[in-house]
Amino acid sequence: MTVSRFRTIIYIVAAIVSLAGLADATYLTVQALTGETLGCGGSPDCFKVLGSAYARVAGFPVASFGVLGYFSVFGFATFALFGYARARMLLILTVGAMFLGTLWLLYVQAFLLHAYCRYCLFSAATTFLLAGLVIALPPGRDRSVS
Amino acid sequence: MNRYLPFVIVAVVALATIGSGAMLYRAKRPHVSSIPEDKTLSAKSGAESPHIRGNPEAPVTLEEYGDFQCPPCGMFATFLGQLEKEYDSHLRVVFRNFPLTMHEHAREAALAAEAAGLQGRFWEMHDVLYREQETWSKAPNVRELFESYAGTIGLDLEKFKKDMDGEQARARVEADRQRGESLGIQITPTVFINNQPLDPKDKNPEGIRAEINAALEKKPQA
Repeated sequence: MTVSRFRTIIYIVAAIVSLAGLADATYLTVQALTGETLGCGGSPDCFKVLGSAYARVAGFPVASFGVLGYFSVFGFATFALFGYARARMLLILTVGAMFLGTLWLLYVQAFLLHAYCRYCLFSAATTFLLAGLVIALPPGRDRSVS
Repeated sequence: MNRYLPFVIVAVVALATIGSGAMLYRAKRPHVSSIPEDKTLSAKSGAESPHIRGNPEAPVTLEEYGDFQCPPCGMFATFLGQLEKEYDSHLRVVFRNFPLTMHEHAREAALAAEAAGLQGRFWEMHDVLYREQETWSKAPNVRELFESYAGTIGLDLEKFKKDMDGEQARARVEADRQRGESLGIQITPTVFINNQPLDPKDKNPEGIRAEINAALEKKPQA
């Protein structure tokens, strides 16, 4: 398999994985906006995590930042796939930032809240997978369109 | 064509995300209606008097539909205690039972609270049940624990046991639940302030205080 083909496969897989993360983050954002995460009866018992003070930043649900992050990853992976020169670096930077954010959120769940939410763990797994894909990207420049 | 394809793909995904998010929001948004005139506390509709704590003439009424086994309701009960101190005679609190079927012992806990209510100790049992929620929620023998709580708050134990299995407590829990369902309640705690459901975005200490303050400004007398 050529380096170029391997790179193409990684971008495609990254785009698909980011769509799964995007769906998860969108669901969590909607839950936060409807107030479902603050009570019993509507969803699995994620309220300890999603109803906590750590689940919002400046009044916005943390999941909404996840929506932005996964959408950006999808966009950058798509543009990189089509040979846009800067997309690769932006993809790496975005996934790096999301990876650090995920580490913080896992720390909050494990050591501050002592509770886990399955949707948050799914998102963490998605981000780790994206980080693995980005690490596996062969070095060198993509063919440039622009 | 290739030049524009990534833009098209990204735009399609953006639209699909916004569209599905909006549809999900519409489907999940709670459709809780205001408490109608004939069901308000002052309506004297012939229903049993609700459990009220605080000044009966207070200008602001906070009505909660709660489940004793629901952890957020437990946290809300603690916050409610603070609110009652803060607003003192300006706030009265009403509790209605809304035991969710997803909680194994919620209905029995509601019956215990109502049985205590028949001896004039509803709020004492309400407080104990929320305070000890973690203990009894996981216990296989909840009945024994409820009886021990009844003893702690000074109830006539034999009457309490009889009332827990009695028609009066059952009918009362059922009436509260039906009333909640008729208002569209699905989640606990669901809170009304002066008969208006609390908006999901205000379901936090600051939001609730802001709503109470706004209600006080509308009705400053008391």
